[in-house]
Formats: sequence, structure tokens, C-alpha cells
Amino acid sequence: MSTVQTARPMGKGRRSRGNATYWLGLVLVGVIVLAGLVSFVWTPYALSDMVGGRLEAPSLQHWAGTDRLGRDLFTQLMIGARIALIVGCGAVGIGAAIGVTTGLLAAFATRFLDDALAAVFDILIAFPTLLIAMLVVAAREEASLGTAILALGIGLSPIVGRITRILTKQVLGQDYITAARVSGTSWGAIVFWHILPNIAPFLGVNLALQFGLAVMAEASLSYLGLGAPPPNASWGRMLQEAQGTVYTAPWGAFLPGLALFALVIGINLLADGLRDRFDPTKGAA
Amino acid sequence: MSDLLTVRDLRLSTPDTVLVQDLSFSIAAGERFGLIGESGSGKSLTSLAVTGLLAPGLRAEGSVELAGTQVIGAPERRLVGLRGNAVATVFQEPLTALDPLMPLGRQIAGPVRRRLKREGAETSRAAVRDEVMALLEQVRLPDPVRLIGAYPHEVSGGQRQRVAIAMALACRPRLLIADEPTTALDVTTQAEIVRLITSLVDELGIALLFISHDLAVVGQVAERVMVMRHGRAVESGPALQVLTQPQDDYTRNLVAAARRFDAALEGQG
Amino acid sequence: MSLMTVENVGFSYGAGRKVLEDISFSVPKGANVGLVGESGSGKSTLLRLLLGLDSPQSGRILFDGAPLEARDRAYMRGYRKRVQAVFQDPYSSLNPAHRIRRIVTEPLRSLKVPGDHLAMAREAIASVGLTEDTLERFPHQFSGGQRQRIAIARAIVARPELVLADEAVSALDLSTRVRVVDLFREISERMTMIFVSHDMGVVAALCDQLVVLDRGRIVEAGETAAILRDPQHSYTKSLLASIPRMPEGA
Repeated sequence: MSTVQTARPMGKGRRSRGNATYWLGLVLVGVIVLAGLVSFVWTPYALSDMVGGRLEAPSLQHWAGTDRLGRDLFTQLMIGARIALIVGCGAVGIGAAIGVTTGLLAAFATRFLDDALAAVFDILIAFPTLLIAMLVVAAREEASLGTAILALGIGLSPIVGRITRILTKQVLGQDYITAARVSGTSWGAIVFWHILPNIAPFLGVNLALQFGLAVMAEASLSYLGLGAPPPNASWGRMLQEAQGTVYTAPWGAFLPGLALFALVIGINLLADGLRDRFDPTKGAA
Repeated sequence: MSDLLTVRDLRLSTPDTVLVQDLSFSIAAGERFGLIGESGSGKSLTSLAVTGLLAPGLRAEGSVELAGTQVIGAPERRLVGLRGNAVATVFQEPLTALDPLMPLGRQIAGPVRRRLKREGAETSRAAVRDEVMALLEQVRLPDPVRLIGAYPHEVSGGQRQRVAIAMALACRPRLLIADEPTTALDVTTQAEIVRLITSLVDELGIALLFISHDLAVVGQVAERVMVMRHGRAVESGPALQVLTQPQDDYTRNLVAAARRFDAALEGQG
Repeated sequence: MSLMTVENVGFSYGAGRKVLEDISFSVPKGANVGLVGESGSGKSTLLRLLLGLDSPQSGRILFDGAPLEARDRAYMRGYRKRVQAVFQDPYSSLNPAHRIRRIVTEPLRSLKVPGDHLAMAREAIASVGLTEDTLERFPHQFSGGQRQRIAIARAIVARPELVLADEAVSALDLSTRVRVVDLFREISERMTMIFVSHDMGVVAALCDQLVVLDRGRIVEAGETAAILRDPQHSYTKSLLASIPRMPEGA
């Protein structure tokens, strides 16, 4: 017996477009990850050394110019990349751990508990993530990078929980779950082998979105003075510090903004691309 | 020009795949024509091409002439007029073909009002309502007064399909396309819907394009049939001849398979 | 000797209308029994009860002489080894993320069946008429008929005594359906089978005994040939009369 190949309409176009976005995402994220990694061993200058004049424009000595204290902005951008990645991974990790667990719990719970959890998700989602994060920072009574990550992770967990719950319920309705039960598979194994692999592609794309939001929220927290304290050079803090000089030295605000934009876009493109590449059902219908 | 629908050298394709090719057939006014095919045969795509409802990514070539109008390449505005006037379609799943949030009476009233306007007749509420009631009676729906106010999920599958048929007839088409109209129904309901469609098109002189994978059902409905496979016509002719003396190997196989289940029912399984 | 006996079983979802009422029949060892009914007949619910996915609210189900304890995990492990199932939709009954090898060996792993699982999967795949390279592929690479063969391979890989099939050929094209029915026939010679379907023709071709369900009750049961020849209940009569037949030769 041969396999019947019936390509879906538009299949080719979709695939090549998917490839282009995947590569663009990979390059954007790759450059930022590289900058963040290299910053551990090398930066052009030390972070808090005043190595140039005030508000110098980008030059061969200072690739991204200097800030109002004469510190090198490219160094700050590199350290900022490191912090953005730590914040994104940390917050998404915490958010996913809490969100996926509660989402699965809701999907498997009795009707009453499920309704209750769904209501909690909805109420928490109605609060802006940033507001929840600010409350957590306030409760911890100190602004640190760890607090910011914990705060953002908790802040985005209800969104992850809600999506996990909905995706899990969809998968639970499929015949292969019944087939697994009839095959004698335990519920634990069903979650691990049947539910998680099938919700992962959709969940992954959403987590990428949350990654971007977390990095931006951290920038906002830093901008408000609630994020990582100095000398941590997060992109948000750079934006805050460049605020007063945006007309005289626009690169000081423009470059961290661009870096933030590139990371958020890059992560989303990469997640979309990865989903298309590794989804076993894509490619042939 | 004696034929209501003439399809000549129809070819439907995506950038990668040819889905239908070298397809030619015609349906005379008032004729009942059956299109038989399994999944992937291109039979439903063919019906969409006739009404100009193909998905945007699909390329259609050849000629589809419906009531004197060339469908392929026609602007949407002309197709809308054609769909309201010359052709109407009944789909497989009446639950998704009907708007779940609109009472059945209002769903039928829409096409009724458009037709009355087109004919220059009175479109007052009373006139439309009379016409809707007449249609419900025509499709043999019991208790039309209650049904007018009911929502699709409140009535049975068979009743929904009758409403869908009433909607299709509301615009007095010259060609009715029925795409697997009984596949989602129970067998007892299926028999009633098949009888209803057959008698209605005869009564009203409407031509019928009946699409199904079920040979026996097509045999009950159609005078002439065409069998499709992988986007091509493999055999066509009078229904009785094709279903009792198939010439093509594929048709022979299909007929043999259908007869096997018939034989099982006669206790010769 | 009866392998499965259903005694006065009743079931309803929540406080709602009764889905099944006073259902009694028995399935002799080695027999092929067809459960026939249209939508709303309760046949799918009955199948869930027989699979131990739900428990009846009244009456009881006996398997091999002992009551089916759907809530007893240890009992159910033994039960699943002996009772397997094939479902209707070949597109949703196979996990799209898994290779066929994993899908077919799942009952062996879950039920901790001793032996070489891969060899058993190869044998099951061969016995449903598929080639060995099937095992390394994913479900989306197969047609509906091939997927249903894979689902059948999964159902028989642990060598159960009873296979329950839920509308297992209804979603298939006619020419494919004939071949899968033949496969079921072949398999049914080695084990007991309960075939749930709305399609009288398919059931007639497969089963030597029939149970006809209508709105949650059994209206008629007995030898297939006898019911086809001389249906007693008015519902069975109208069901048989409604089935479209091929025209006779001119």
C-alpha cells in the first residue's frame, strides 16, 4: 500500500514563508543571545567606568555612544541583553511551571473546581501583568532582579493556566485519549505522553509571546525604578536614563528600544517557525 | 442552448496539485443528475466551481456555463445574482449551514424577501411570512408556526435539513445542488429526505445536481450519473446502466462493494 | 459459554433523561455480536460501559462470569489485557505526535506485557496487511483506511479475547470499507467481537447475532439471519425498509 500524497492548497507558499520567518527569528535571537553570552567574558569597557565624554554620538571608540555620565552604551546594551534573556527565561519558566500545573489541574478537576479555577484565571488576567508584578515587588519590599523575575512569572501565570486548560480540554476530547485509557495507560502517563506533546506546539508559541511581554514588562518595571537596581544595565533602565536627553542624544533611547523590539519580534518569529518545522503533521496533509 | 448547466474541460488546481481535470458534463433543465465519488474525488470542488464559491487559492480553468452565464472568471457581483436566482445549494451538515443564533423563520425569510424584491412583488412582513409558511409546508415540516420561532439546535437533524431545503427553494432556483445532503442523517431520516428532494424537484421542474458517495442513494435519485475518481470522470451514463452494468474497473469495484452489503442484508453475507 | 453478560443495565448522565434502560443481552465466547441503533439509541454509551469507562447506575455487567469492576484499578489492568477497542474516527484515534511503533506498542507498555514489544508490533502490523516500514512513520502519512488498520493492530497487539469496535468502518470510503470489513472478519475468527454501528449492511456482513437498540432500549435481539428475514419489531422493520438498495439489473 502506498501513502496517498494530497498536498493542501497553498501548502508550498506557507512553508517557504514559514522558513523565512524562522531564519529571521533565529538570526535576531541568535545575535542577542551571543551578545549576552559574550558579556560574561568580555565587554568593550567596564560597565560603570566613565570612559568617554558625556553623550557622545556613536563612534569607533564607542559603537553606541556614551550616556550622560560618559559610560559606554554598547557595554550597557550587551549587559542588557544578558539581563533581558535571564528575565525572559526566568519569568516564562516560573509562569509556565505555575500556569501549566494549574491549567492541567483545572482541566482534570471536577466541574466545581474547574469553574472556580477558570474564574480565578479570568479575574487575574483582568489585572494587568505589570500591576500584579508591582504588587509582588511591593510585598517583597526590595527591588532586585530576582524579585522582578518572580513578580513577572507570577503575573503571567494565569494566562498560561487559562490556555493550558483550554488546550488540554480539546485534547481530552480526542479519541486517542480514550484509546490510551482502553490500552491501560494511567492518567499520569496520558498527561505526559499524550497531552503535553500535543499542547506543546500551541503553548510554545504562546510562551514566546509571554517571553516578549515579560522582557518588555521588566523594561517597564526598571523604567519605574522597580526593576533590577543599578549597576544592572537593563534596557528598560537605559531607556529611563536616556529620557531626559532624548532630543540631544536620541541614540541613547533609540538603541535599547531597537534591541527590545528585535528580541520580542525575533522570539515570536522563532517560535512560529519552530512550531511549523517540528509539527509532524505539517508538510504533507 | 438547451442545457441549463454545461461544464467543459474544467480544471481546478492549486500551485502544487491538480485537483480536477478534463471534466465535462451537462445537465438539462429539469434533469436529475448524480455525481458519485469517494473522498478526494473532487466532486464537492466541482459543485463549488459551479456556484463560483471556490476558495481563493484555487485556480479554475475551462468553462462552466450556468443558465447562459459564464461562471469562471465572472466578477463576484454577477455570481451573487446567479446564486440567488439560478442555483441554490443544500450542504451535508445542516447544523453548520444554518446560523445558530437566528430563528429558522428569519433564516428562510432572507432569501424569500430577496426574491420578492427581484420579482417586483410586495415585500411586506405579511407577504414574506405567507411565503415562508408556504415553503415550510412544501418541505413537509410539521407545526410550521412553532418552527418559525425555533433555533437550529432545537429541532432534529432531519428537520434542519428540511429547513435548509426550504431556504434553497426560497429563491426559486433552476438548479438545486445537493452535496451529500443525507450523509449526516440517520437512515430512516435519510429515506424521507431523499424522497422529499426527488419529489420537489420534479414538482417544481428544477434540475438537480446530487452529489454523494452512496451509490444506492444516487441510484434512487438520479436519472443520469457520472463517477469521479482522483479529479477525473471515469464513467457516465444513465443511472441504471452505470449501477447495473458498470464498464470502468473502478466503478465495477464500487458497485461490487455496495452490492456486497446489500447481499449481506438479504442474508447472503 | 458466555464471555460477557449485560443484566438489566440502566444509565443516565447527571439527573437527565435515561440514556439506557433495562439492557440485557449476552455475548457467547467466539461470537460476533452487532449492536445496531441510530443516533440517540444509546449504543455509544453502552459501549463506554462495556469498556469500563463509565459504570452503570443500575444492573450489572459480567465478564467471564465475574462482575466488571470499573473502579478497581488492579481488576481493570487485567480486564484491559483481555478487552480492547477500535474507534470510529481514524483521524482522531491516533496520537498525531507519535510514531506508529509507539502507538501500536502502547497497550504492551501500559499493561506491562512481557516479551519483545517491537516483534509483537511487527506481527500485529503484518496481520492487518501493512508493511513493516509503517512502524517508523507518523499517522498523518496514512489514509483513513490505513489508519484504521493501525488502530486495529493496536487493539490486537496484546492478544485480547474480546474486541469492541465503535462505528469502526463508518468514516471510511466504500471501497476501503469493504476491505476493512474483511479484515475484521478475519480477526473475528480468532476472538470474540462486539461491533457497534448504525450501518445495518456492515453489521449484517460481520455479525452472526444482532441487538437492535432504539432510544435506550433493546427492541429486538437474536440471530442476524432470522432478524433480517423476519424482523418482529416495527422499529427494526422500518430500519430495514429505509436502507437504500442498489437498483436491480434491467
